[in-house]
Amino acid sequence: MSVMTSKLSFPDPHDMERIPGTEGWERMYPYQYQFVTDDPERQNYESNMFWFYDGLHYPEPLYPFDMIWDEAWYLALSQYNTRIFSVPPVFGVDHRIINGYVYITPVPVTDPNQIQERVAHFLERAGYYYQNWDSLVAKWEEKMKGTISALEKLKIEALPNMEEKAVVLEGIGESKGYHLLKAYDDLIDLGIRCWQYHFEFLNLGYAAYVTFLDFCQKIFPDIPAQRVTQMISGIDVIMYQPDEELKNLARKAVELNVDGTLGSHSSFAAAKAALEGSNAGRDWLAAFEKARYPWFHVSTGTGWYHHDKSWNDDLDVPFNSIKIYAEKIRGGSSIERPIEEVRKERDRITAEYRGLIDNDDDRNAFDQLLNTAKTVFPYVENHLFYVEHWFHSVFWNKVREVAAIMKDHGFINDIEDIWYLKRSEIKDALWDLVTAWATGVKARGPKVWPKEIEWRKGVMEKFRQWAPPPAIGAAPEKIQEPFTIVLWGVTNDSLSAWAKVRQAENLEDIKEFTGFAGSPGTVEGKARVCRTVADIGQLQEGEILVAPTTSPSWAPAFVKIKACVTDVGGVMCHAAIVCREYGMPAVVGTGHATQIVKTGMTIRVNGSTGEITIAG
Amino acid sequence: MTGSKPLVCWFHECDKNSVPLVGGKCASLGEMINAGIRVPPGFAVTTAGYQRFYDEAGLGPKVEAVLAALQSDDLDALEAASQEIRALVETAPFSIEFEDEIAEHYRRLSNHCYVPAVPVAVRSSATAEDLPGASFAGQQDTFLWIRGVDDLLVYVKKCFSSLFTGRAIAYRNRMGFAHNQVAISVGVQKMANSSTAGVMFTINPSNGDRSTIVINSNFGFGESVVSGEVTPDEFVINKVSLELLRRSIPRKEVYYAVDRETQRTKRLDVPLERQTVQSIVDEDLTELARLGKVIESHYGCPMDVEWAVDNDMPAEGKVFILQARPETVWSAKKKESVSSGQQDALSHILASMMAGKKLH
Repeated sequence: MSVMTSKLSFPDPHDMERIPGTEGWERMYPYQYQFVTDDPERQNYESNMFWFYDGLHYPEPLYPFDMIWDEAWYLALSQYNTRIFSVPPVFGVDHRIINGYVYITPVPVTDPNQIQERVAHFLERAGYYYQNWDSLVAKWEEKMKGTISALEKLKIEALPNMEEKAVVLEGIGESKGYHLLKAYDDLIDLGIRCWQYHFEFLNLGYAAYVTFLDFCQKIFPDIPAQRVTQMISGIDVIMYQPDEELKNLARKAVELNVDGTLGSHSSFAAAKAALEGSNAGRDWLAAFEKARYPWFHVSTGTGWYHHDKSWNDDLDVPFNSIKIYAEKIRGGSSIERPIEEVRKERDRITAEYRGLIDNDDDRNAFDQLLNTAKTVFPYVENHLFYVEHWFHSVFWNKVREVAAIMKDHGFINDIEDIWYLKRSEIKDALWDLVTAWATGVKARGPKVWPKEIEWRKGVMEKFRQWAPPPAIGAAPEKIQEPFTIVLWGVTNDSLSAWAKVRQAENLEDIKEFTGFAGSPGTVEGKARVCRTVADIGQLQEGEILVAPTTSPSWAPAFVKIKACVTDVGGVMCHAAIVCREYGMPAVVGTGHATQIVKTGMTIRVNGSTGEITIAG
Repeated sequence: MTGSKPLVCWFHECDKNSVPLVGGKCASLGEMINAGIRVPPGFAVTTAGYQRFYDEAGLGPKVEAVLAALQSDDLDALEAASQEIRALVETAPFSIEFEDEIAEHYRRLSNHCYVPAVPVAVRSSATAEDLPGASFAGQQDTFLWIRGVDDLLVYVKKCFSSLFTGRAIAYRNRMGFAHNQVAISVGVQKMANSSTAGVMFTINPSNGDRSTIVINSNFGFGESVVSGEVTPDEFVINKVSLELLRRSIPRKEVYYAVDRETQRTKRLDVPLERQTVQSIVDEDLTELARLGKVIESHYGCPMDVEWAVDNDMPAEGKVFILQARPETVWSAKKKESVSSGQQDALSHILASMMAGKKLH
């Protein structure tokens, strides 16, 4: 694929707005992430690629430390496409950063001969994975659990004034200073390794899904993508388990008749104190404690940011959700996911579509591709719990342990300041810290880092005020990278819609906009804009949730709302999947809903066509 | 009613085995009703009824006499004989008993439709043995907007007499069929008083997608849509989920309504304020699509359907199917498998990756 003339116009990456007062921001991120003007070849490449803002993962600017996951997936996704499975028409996904926001672009293979050479490798290698999918996934789970276990066991110890005598008596020959450096290296290494595993199956999984989608669209040109995803719905995946645990705890609270106690306390700590006074209360607390590991390692956000705290970090989050569920049960409403209905409807529509195929070859292919899509589906969902939720939640806290030591040594003023440093800078700082400790002198860091961090805080604040354009550069004629299509929902329609919103002078003048039809149906109601999961407590019964994106910890919101609208996501995103299960409309991947819609507005959501109308 | 065969029977009492009694057209209407396809209600005056009329009026010997004098290869004489016989048939009286039977059915039909002296379409419904290529009798002998028992009886006899068109007489002479042995049935069906009408395809005519139903509609009778005089409203509906996928509501400047005096439809201007209004409500679209699915599964192939929304009828039963025939364009195309050459999931995946997703 060569670079095409673009019908859709997006700004050139090198003409992006510079925000006054942020000059020098580039040093907060890896140097290769900059769009450059000092290398004509690279600049030309950058201008001719199509870069879209990865709002799916990064609804806000990235902290320098949090870049770790971006670099990790930059490496992992790309290596599997390019070097391991040899996806024929596409190499990896290239990354850049502008004003703290990450932009990505799939890199096509342009030489037809090279594409052909890659085909043979792909058939052999990807073929092996598809054929042995279940056993390889089982192996993957073992590797993943081993990695998480190593992380949980990783000790990050403070530096003593004097090493313990055992170091001498047992002839250990290593210091705590060296151990700190090593622990930090191990910590980072485990993170990177975890992300190596993250992508082991994901590209192939999405490719199988996209193929099934494609195939259905070939036979049925009018088939809505959500109908295709519906055919692979209703499969049990562990990503739903944390929410199931909350429902179980709500049921148990009602059974034990302690839900009143939960309801009368606004924090878990207060409720805990009250519950400890009764047998029933203690029973319930024991069940609560049991559910926490690993299920409360679920993040309240996407897990991509250090501030996406897990339920274990903030027990009020699961506590409040349990209260919502318990109230529902007491009120006589069901909190069950309508899973049997979902499956019945899935089987009905699958059989009807299948019945409309008029030749045996296509019917066979339909069966095979549907099966493959169903085979890959659990991994596509489940990896999220292991990586983004469980691993990340533990990981962020381990980094905080490192931060605590740096704070003790005056390198940072606050534990949460560590996120303003790149991981390589932390490594440098730890060397400074450890050598000074070893030598018995003052480290240089305390005079360097706090000042730099203060400046970076100001820069980040300015980044937050800036609205990143959804796409920049030149749009190609077609996209062949499976992730780009499924996850980010980059298609002709979404790009046109994004371009249109961008052309609007004033977001307040927009009365109609569109996204992906995520889940069918039409409703009108009051909108509530929730920027983070912490806001879902404000949701009133029957409102329409408008969010940047949703994740499993948003699940309790879905029993209250009657429709959902998101800025980011394709038909496989969390909001679309959950809304289809609850049978309520969803429009996802609108690009700008949280900027256009204000809480209290009456909006009409058409989940069949993807249209949103602001009624008043 | 005497004898084993009814003189008059409701459409819903008919099925495909009723062709000898009620003719092909009425049997097919009965068949559709029993399959759950809503067609305008009505009844058939049966072939037994025709025989009874023919016998009671003593038409046999009179008709024989006219035909005995006929040289079958003389077209003018044939036409004259036809005229003479048709006049005999059309002026012959019904017996009181038979007349009451028809009047009672008509009264009940009017009640059922909530319309006093409901306007009906009166059509001959030939049995296949007598008139193969049933078009002979059927096409010309459709009388629309007939109201009241007196007129109804007149037009029933006009349909009876269609057995004696020149072509029908010549055909029977050639085949050696006895003129006194043939019989015809007459269908009496409520005129759909359509506020909105149009066509429906149970396949997307633009891309052959069998999971799609496409509906075209305009105000009034279906003529404006069928003739292509207006660009109708167009709706694309998912056949599996019945959800509306796309709609387009262009400006519609003309429509057809009935002129009761001439018993024909007449062309009228759509008032300016209604021209860009959607001509069918969404609920009726869903009902129509549901009927489309029933029709397709009844006939076993994609269908091309004429329909109407009849505002005389109660809301839950006002969407009617007027005609259904197999779709011909896509059905005639040779179906290419889209999975050509790809034997397994992996080769499909590879092919899909190579094709990519077009952006524009």
